[in-house]
Amino acid sequence: MTLNRMTGAALLAATLALPTLASAEVTSPECIAPAQPGGGFDVTCRVAQTGLADAFGGPMQVTFMPGGIGAVAYNLFNTTRTDDPNAIVAFSTGSLLNIATGKYGDFDENDVRWLGTAGADFGAVIVKADSEYTSLEQLMTDLGNDPSSIVVGAGGSVGSQDWMKAALLVRETGASPMDMRYVAFDGGGDAIAALLGGSIEVYTGDVGEMASHMEAGDMRVLAVMSDERLDGAFAEIPTAKEQGFDVEWTIMRGFYMGKGVSDADYNTWVDAFKAAYATPEFEQVQADKGLLPLNLAGDELKARVDENMATLREIATEAGLIQQ
Amino acid sequence: MGDVLSGLATGFGVALMPFNLMLVLLGCFAGTLIGALPGLGPINGVAILLPIAYGLGFPPESALILLAGIYYGAEYGGRISSILLNVPGDSGAVMTTLDGHPMALNGEAGRALSLSAVASFVGGTIAVVLMSLFGPLLAQFAVTFSPANYVALMVFAFASLASLVGKSTVKTLLGALIGLMLATIGIDSNTGVARYTFGLPDILAGIDFLIVVVGLFGMAELLHLVEQQVTGKLKTLPVDKSFVRWADLAKTKWTILRCSLIGFFIGVLPGTGASVASAVAYGTEKRMAGAEGQRTFGTGDVRGLAAPEAANNAAAGGAMVPMLTLGIPGSGTTAILLGALLMFNIQPGPLMFAQRPEIAWGLIASMYIGNVALLVINLPLVGLFARMLTIPQHYLTPLIAILAFVGIYSIVGNPFDLFMITWLGIFGWFLRKLDFSLAPVILGFVLGGLFENNLRRALSISGGDWYILIDNWKSLLLYGLALLVVVLPIWMGRRARNMAEGDA
Repeated sequence: MTLNRMTGAALLAATLALPTLASAEVTSPECIAPAQPGGGFDVTCRVAQTGLADAFGGPMQVTFMPGGIGAVAYNLFNTTRTDDPNAIVAFSTGSLLNIATGKYGDFDENDVRWLGTAGADFGAVIVKADSEYTSLEQLMTDLGNDPSSIVVGAGGSVGSQDWMKAALLVRETGASPMDMRYVAFDGGGDAIAALLGGSIEVYTGDVGEMASHMEAGDMRVLAVMSDERLDGAFAEIPTAKEQGFDVEWTIMRGFYMGKGVSDADYNTWVDAFKAAYATPEFEQVQADKGLLPLNLAGDELKARVDENMATLREIATEAGLIQQ
Repeated sequence: MGDVLSGLATGFGVALMPFNLMLVLLGCFAGTLIGALPGLGPINGVAILLPIAYGLGFPPESALILLAGIYYGAEYGGRISSILLNVPGDSGAVMTTLDGHPMALNGEAGRALSLSAVASFVGGTIAVVLMSLFGPLLAQFAVTFSPANYVALMVFAFASLASLVGKSTVKTLLGALIGLMLATIGIDSNTGVARYTFGLPDILAGIDFLIVVVGLFGMAELLHLVEQQVTGKLKTLPVDKSFVRWADLAKTKWTILRCSLIGFFIGVLPGTGASVASAVAYGTEKRMAGAEGQRTFGTGDVRGLAAPEAANNAAAGGAMVPMLTLGIPGSGTTAILLGALLMFNIQPGPLMFAQRPEIAWGLIASMYIGNVALLVINLPLVGLFARMLTIPQHYLTPLIAILAFVGIYSIVGNPFDLFMITWLGIFGWFLRKLDFSLAPVILGFVLGGLFENNLRRALSISGGDWYILIDNWKSLLLYGLALLVVVLPIWMGRRARNMAEGDA
């Protein structure tokens, strides 16, 4: 390489790196999954990677940033990478719950720009195929009479959204979530093993992860915690609401960006999401990744997040997760 | 049995297709290199290459064969840096350093590398044979393992590891305690309370096992090397051309067999993996080796090397069982493989063998081939790997440091973890200066965390009734075995002494 070309390359790099350029193009899109590979955030980023490939002329890079249940990424995008126009970070309703309970430190939902969703999953109440419970009503009656008589378990810690689903069920029966017997496992896989092995009686998981177990028939989904019945393989599962219990848990999966990202760059991304939502390919990507359609971008998502945060704060306070 | 054979025939039909055969070889080779790099293990190798395998547009069985090749290649490669550099490539290779590295220092790097390759091959092969014969049955049994049973298993593990007690019992116990303390950092899942995080978001989910291994072991070793170099105590090792001997194999054949079985069964359990398997195997073998073993283990005993190597590769195979037969991942890496299956729209579980036999059996057949391929790839390369030791330290040390930093950063992308491995490295170096052995620290960290979580799970299930811990034959069996590994060596030692006295 000659000296001239090296200077040229250096100049070019310097130009690209200039942070003051207000509407720097989205040149090297990157999706950050704030967790180890293989989990829900990984899936979320894969949706953007494949689903937005057309908008950015190829699949974007996926980077993993585990640490502190997403808190590390949230802090990073509030302190150093606040104006990075290339990076989007995956979040879920679980992240919102963590913000509500103060686990992400001083930053709240107004400190990032909510961008768009990848799709949704819904809570599910699951028992083993040979369980004595064949309907949600039976389970709720027993839970209401004595919440400590039934061992409930899931893959998340106390105060996580897996726990929250169980707490909401107990609360609906009129009993106190504090009396619930909840066993925290290390991820959904271990919890499913414990359910199949009979260590726990009820598993409060997600409907998406049940896709691979539906046909095998080793587990029974008593209820899905969505507003309306789902489609496809899940069409047979009744909602909790139609069985007379007002419990709902939507796991929204999507992306945020730093607060300092310019409107122009932010809108480039929002438009890319909106354009993708309209294509059948995106629908297919969502389905392949086990997600159900929930397409919100820009202001729509911001409004939904604000609404969710209010509800989450209310529930978390009631459940004793937020100390007054 | 007929089903198994016809299934395997289908599987080999798929796996022996030239293209798939090439992918197995490629995956195994790449995996060996990934595993050998400090900080990069099977989980990262598979995670990094998954999108590539998907993006290349291979048919699902080919992509999975490639990924599985990388998985057990990396399990295989983890031992290389353990033996040569005393830096474990991943968590399952920690125990390999204990006897593997002393062998390398004694000028027997080639012997250690080739023997461990054979042990790994046998462990991996036994695992895949057991998997094809009894997979579904074993998986059914494995899920009945309750938190109370895991508590008993951890008691057994602690009992077999009590033999690790080095020069000073107090220091060993203190080391294990330090490990336990490190394990308590992070959100306590049973109460949701953050413990010892001091408001740092980076450790809210605890310290990653990999960070502890690379920091405490890897970085501390590098500091130790630098210190030796500065003080001029570093001796250069001659090129060694040693190779595994028939006598070694004869001496270790029962060790390898026992540890393959131990490793496989621990691997099948969804809550435990290669690191627990290799630790239990090493502890058991040291116990079995009697008074003579107490002296030679840790100084380059071939049995101490063969035990963890057979076990960790058998565990890697065992972890595939619940994933393939029940759709439940038994380890982090199999969780990613499960994700890969779902990406290709294949539902893992009992139905996979009926609906997509070419994939289920193709994958299993590729594991048979992969094991042979790894042995064939590894044995001729032993000499080449062993030559690494002749690279002057002032080139080698910084190179390993850079590789470890790049490796860790490429996985976690968080500068905090780089500080973390540095501080842990300095801490580990101080511990070494104070004559602490680092293995108890690591084991306290792994086993302690599992012990606490499962004990508290068991007590949540029983509503605080301690009776649950002894309420089950599996627990009782494990407590019995724990008692046996402690009492048997003492009893045998006493009997040998009595007989000697009787003769005299």
